[in-house]
Amino acid sequence: ELFVLTYGALVAQLCKDYEKDEDVNTCLDRMGYGIGVRLIDDFLARSAVKKCRSYSETADMIAQVAFKMYLGVTPSVSCSSAAGNEFSLILDKNPLVDFVEELPAERASLCYCNVLCGVIRGALEMVHLAAEVTFLQDRLKGDAVTEIGITFLRKAED
Amino acid sequence: VGHAVLAINGAEVNGRFTADGKDVLEFLGNPANYPVSIRFGRHRLSSNEKLMLASMFHSLFAIGSQLSPEVGSSGIEMLETDTFKLHCFQTLTGIKFMVLADPRQAGIDSLLRKIYEIYSDFALKNPFYSLEMPIRCELFDQNLKLALEVAEKAGPFGPGS
Repeated sequence: ELFVLTYGALVAQLCKDYEKDEDVNTCLDRMGYGIGVRLIDDFLARSAVKKCRSYSETADMIAQVAFKMYLGVTPSVSCSSAAGNEFSLILDKNPLVDFVEELPAERASLCYCNVLCGVIRGALEMVHLAAEVTFLQDRLKGDAVTEIGITFLRKAED
Repeated sequence: VGHAVLAINGAEVNGRFTADGKDVLEFLGNPANYPVSIRFGRHRLSSNEKLMLASMFHSLFAIGSQLSPEVGSSGIEMLETDTFKLHCFQTLTGIKFMVLADPRQAGIDSLLRKIYEIYSDFALKNPFYSLEMPIRCELFDQNLKLALEVAEKAGPFGPGS
């Protein structure tokens, strides 16, 4: 709970610091990235998982092992492109927004949980997988579910 | 070859001078100071030397994985000599942990994994530690020391030994 409240205070402060929603979103993403590049080693050290051999395995790993380990929830995964490099994580329950009902009117395009996108992006980069991670749907914005989209870009060569 | 004077009569020597400023060669040249006990050994590596050797190993590691006749080889895991064994563990993020141990020492694999955990806890989670820089975190050193002590106590007992 303390973490969720701290996150809320962080977002509120950023909203005071930055006028534009995009700036807050960018800031959250950047912070998330900084967390992700370090969190990945903790994840690998603790979960002792083997190297993933496909994007699909990677997406499953993020949803079923990582989210479970760090947020206690397990989003469902679906592949949204024929090429096999675009995936969606559908969050049924999102602990970060436990105390948030809806976004205030003047913050309509705020991605409240954008830090998560940064974390995923940073973590993937450290295992040499470049990806774009964004929120496709957000319950806080009135959508039915909260959906994070991961698009794997060309794999970086070691 | 490669050895240097480490101590004279028990007092540590730094380069040409002892701890209290005496010139070593002068001291040794004066017969009035005999008998004198001299300890020879390899110098402790400086941080820079360690960095240099580590990056050389990193290159060898990469060459090793490319030369390997097995497909998908991950690189050098162990280097064995008469006097020591060098164990190397590479994480999926490309970080390498190297441990030099007695050839008979067992349990190095689990030690390497434990070190990975210690690194992710006390180095990575330290907000003031910058990635890729030398680790100067007190907690990291302490926990590392503990883990090494535990591993040493376990001794040369391993499966099949």
